[in-house]
Amino acid sequence: MRWQFPLLIVFLGGLFMAVQYFVPLEASERVYEYALDWIIIVGVFAMCLGLWSLFRVSLAKIQTKAPAWGYNFITLAGLFAMIILGLTSGIEEGKPFMDSFWYIYTPIQSAMFALLAFYVASAAYRAFRARTLIATILLVTATIIMLRLIPLGPLSGVNQTVASWILTVPNMAAKRAIAMGIGLGGIATALKVVLGIERTYMGKD
Amino acid sequence: MGFYERLMTLDRRVVYLAMALAVAIPLFIPFGVPIYVTREVKSVYDFVESLEEGDRLLLAIDYDPNAMAELHPMALTISRQCFAKGVKLFFVTLSQNAPGMCEQLVSKLSKEFNKKNGVDYVYFGYKPYPGLVILSMGQNFRISFPMDYYGTYVDSMPIMQGIRNYDDMKAVIAFEAGWVADSWIRDANGRYKIPVALGVTGVMAADYFPYVQSKQIFGLMGGLKGASEYETLAKQEERIASRGMKVQTITHIVVILFIIVGNIGFFMSKKKKI
Repeated sequence: MRWQFPLLIVFLGGLFMAVQYFVPLEASERVYEYALDWIIIVGVFAMCLGLWSLFRVSLAKIQTKAPAWGYNFITLAGLFAMIILGLTSGIEEGKPFMDSFWYIYTPIQSAMFALLAFYVASAAYRAFRARTLIATILLVTATIIMLRLIPLGPLSGVNQTVASWILTVPNMAAKRAIAMGIGLGGIATALKVVLGIERTYMGKD
Repeated sequence: MGFYERLMTLDRRVVYLAMALAVAIPLFIPFGVPIYVTREVKSVYDFVESLEEGDRLLLAIDYDPNAMAELHPMALTISRQCFAKGVKLFFVTLSQNAPGMCEQLVSKLSKEFNKKNGVDYVYFGYKPYPGLVILSMGQNFRISFPMDYYGTYVDSMPIMQGIRNYDDMKAVIAFEAGWVADSWIRDANGRYKIPVALGVTGVMAADYFPYVQSKQIFGLMGGLKGASEYETLAKQEERIASRGMKVQTITHIVVILFIIVGNIGFFMSKKKKI
């Protein structure tokens, strides 16, 4: 029963969500709304669990002075500082909570992202060599797409047309094939979960 | 090592220095970059222009500070255009770092246009699990957002009277820096048939072109260029993206030059060996 009951819940839940999609009755809509409410509530508990896990792991590393424990200290300090600032001063623009976001968090994240420009430039210089036919096609395509972002005077129109063709024909064909593969894979995985073939979510194969 | 081999193996610090100069110098030199407006961006602009006073539009601000340079100008320009036309805006954020972005945008523009929260716009705030929130808003906004970002019950707001779900919106314009974009297409458009347009980062743009052709989204703005195209169409005074385009243009030229230099070195050194 310990294993069958959760499987039954998953089966009935999956079946209901699949069937509900095709049933436009008000009662079906109501149950669907109720289910959505419940899923969000369960999700909030999962978030609390994540916070507790972060706190416990970080605290253990600080207590045992594990390597690089200072980062864990900063993690916890940041976590509690933001919670306290948010609860005590409010979360509107101009309050300490939002100032911390704009003057500490935002510059850190922007700086990290901006570093990509340097790595991408270096990687492009090293990787884009016309060594083989395939590499040459990649090189030419990448250059045309990059040139799309640069004004080329009278050539701009031609380049935009070519770049647009690359994006809407070969790119689209490849993307659609990938999307269909992912979609079919998703359906197969969902069916395996609903039918109880895939049970790893219960911590057992 | 010969000259051509050296061209192939430039020290990475040289590349970094060139990039740093390419980013910094254009900021101090005043020059403009001509912007070529694409069909995908124009269709978003035309749609927003077609909205009338009192129409309702849902704006999803789903990006972190790292994508701010690309997406914030789009969100700012479209929100400003809507406020100027008297369109009612419904803001929502489904990315955990986005509430700050949205709060800044809302507070700046509400002061600029003297708009009131709960009357001219509502900022729902953030809720986790984007796919679920998008589905729940298709049933009723109140499932996920009984209160707005500031803790006011949405039912007490004049703007929310008679508003239930996507049926009451003209469209969703979602500014996305991640996979939430898929959920807007699949769940909001696919299931609830609300028209969706996307503003995405430059690297994401290629992924979403198929959805324009299949008409699952009615418009697409890609990266800083998309934002500058929109700014060009909207003709507003503040043009953050268009200013950034000169930096992006120069850095792209530098990258292309490095690729050319590397390939010259590669071919000439190969020729020499033969």
